[in-house]
Amino acid sequence: MVKRELTNQMEEVEMSVEMGDQVLGSGTTAPARAAGVTKASRQVSDPVMDLQKVHVFYGDYEAVREVDLPIASREITAFIGPSGCGKSTLLRSFNRMNDLIPGARVEGKVLYHGVDIYGPDVDAIEVRRRVGMVFQKPNPFPKSIFDNIAYGPRVLGRSKKDMDGIVEQSLTRAALWDEVKDKLDESGMALSGGQQQRLCIARCIAVNPDIILMDEPCASLDPIATAKIEDLMRELAEDYTIVIVTHNMQQAARVADRTAFFTAEVDGQNVRHGRLVEFDLTEDIFLNPRRSTEDYISGRFG
Amino acid sequence: MTAVFTPIGDQVKQDLQDTGPPLKDRGFRWMLFAGLSVGIITLVALLVFVFLEGYPRLTPTLWQNMPSIRFPEKAGAQSAIMGSIWVIVTTAVICMPVGVMAAIYLEEYGNPTRRFDRIVEINIQNLAAVPSIVYGILGLGVIARAFALGQTVITAALTLSLLVLPVVIISSREAIRAVPQSIRAGSLALGATRWQTIWKQVLPASIPGIATGAILALSRAIGEAAPLLLLGAVTFITFNPDGLMSSYTVMPIQIYNWISQSREEFQVLAAALCILLLAILLVMNAFAIYLRNKFQRRW
Ligand SMILES: Nc1ncnc2c1ncn2[C@@H]1O[C@H](COP(=O)(O)OP(=O)(O)OP(=O)(O)O)[C@@H](O)[C@H]1O
Ligand SMILES: [Mg+2]
Repeated sequence: MVKRELTNQMEEVEMSVEMGDQVLGSGTTAPARAAGVTKASRQVSDPVMDLQKVHVFYGDYEAVREVDLPIASREITAFIGPSGCGKSTLLRSFNRMNDLIPGARVEGKVLYHGVDIYGPDVDAIEVRRRVGMVFQKPNPFPKSIFDNIAYGPRVLGRSKKDMDGIVEQSLTRAALWDEVKDKLDESGMALSGGQQQRLCIARCIAVNPDIILMDEPCASLDPIATAKIEDLMRELAEDYTIVIVTHNMQQAARVADRTAFFTAEVDGQNVRHGRLVEFDLTEDIFLNPRRSTEDYISGRFG
Repeated sequence: MTAVFTPIGDQVKQDLQDTGPPLKDRGFRWMLFAGLSVGIITLVALLVFVFLEGYPRLTPTLWQNMPSIRFPEKAGAQSAIMGSIWVIVTTAVICMPVGVMAAIYLEEYGNPTRRFDRIVEINIQNLAAVPSIVYGILGLGVIARAFALGQTVITAALTLSLLVLPVVIISSREAIRAVPQSIRAGSLALGATRWQTIWKQVLPASIPGIATGAILALSRAIGEAAPLLLLGAVTFITFNPDGLMSSYTVMPIQIYNWISQSREEFQVLAAALCILLLAILLVMNAFAIYLRNKFQRRW
């Protein structure tokens, strides 16, 4: 019952969003592409995801304190900041992956197209079907490449006859098809690290999510694999909203439309809490950063 | 101020001279080796003794013929072999699903900080150490008498299931725990439900481990005589079981029966059946090891 309600509610929201896009198609707020002509406006209008006064706790420990952050549709938003400042923690609150950690708790509102995903009637499963996630360490399932991709659609009850098409399409979009098309039966775990990560991205887009969260997706990859994934992200941003955590400033500068800078603040009791310090268009963050951000991006942090 | 160590050729050579392991070290080594030898020598002696004793009757009549009191030269153990198969297969059918379900609950749904779950956990560990004869008493009182199932295959299978259930649960839990969290997270992040994640990811990945544990548990059950004797298993049966409610005998009980006969021929028969039982155990354990090695995963 509850699940149905959310589904319907969200479908409506999606429809209105699509209509909105059509209207915006000729307008001036199209997302800024590197190659694009128009520049994204500073203000995020009509955010896909909107965090309002979000606090995240692990038991009594407040890991993230009061974050207000809108995520713009079909753009890449990067999270940067020193280790331990709560980037991953905050990212996990976007699709309720925090629910899996005993004692983790989110306060405030995480609005997805206006619906609070932590609301009482919301099914976390439905949220995760719309907000996909790619992890820091590639985590292919111990199954064939084909089954890795088909797993999500199967779980969602997509029919068998669509499967070949979905698999090919997803792998193509993830720029992996040419490398694996002759060995779809082989284990996904037999691929190289960079291929595994692209497999995980393909797996994620196979369920056609609205938003893709990526927590340091290139952390375990070499520069060539990283470049491939970055190209891929730019490519995907045509259709998807992407939020990425990265420690690599150049990466943020290269791929992100907007950048959020987090840091850990020490309170009176000497406890560290993650805070959002600055959020702006990436070029503005890198061109005129505030003091603490500047220290960080220029490597003078600490 | 700091003392600098200036080596003088001969001094260093003398210092580094290998004088062999110190006496104490050598002593310990011999003690430990002696301990190992006692185990191995006993085992080998046992095997050789049983083999020499039983070899003459290790012929097809052993599994082709039924037991006989009057004609030991023609006697076989077919009813016991078939009885063992019936009992073990039924035991597997009962204890595997129950054990795996319990393991899934404890690993995937249980919360180790909750008191109830902790108590259950400790109790399972303890149950694994309870002597088998105690399960026999339980089986007699509850299954054979209170449930009025009598001296049948199903009574034996239920009792042996209880006996090996803790082992099945513990080994299944280990197999389930070995599946990395990142697999669960990956599945859930795609919008799979918890149950889909368990059914389609966790269980398939842990089946080899579960199977290995189950085989080892069943190989314990197949060698058990004590609880079944207590249940009142009939020691002399000349027909194969034909159903769950059939009377039965099993190999260890047949061995016990023959050993307690005075005639020499029966001693030989007992030894021969021992060899067969050992061979079956060996095959089961080898298969378990094979499964474990074949599917061992480096995540
Ligand atoms: N499962 C958890 N239980 C308790 N505390 C946690 C847990 N995960 C993270 N924390 C704490 O929350 C804070 C933020 O952690 P988080 O992993 O979000 O940082 P991060 O910004 O992603 O760091 P990094 O850049 O190193 O990945 C840290 O102080 C960490 O110790
Ligand atoms: Mg992190």
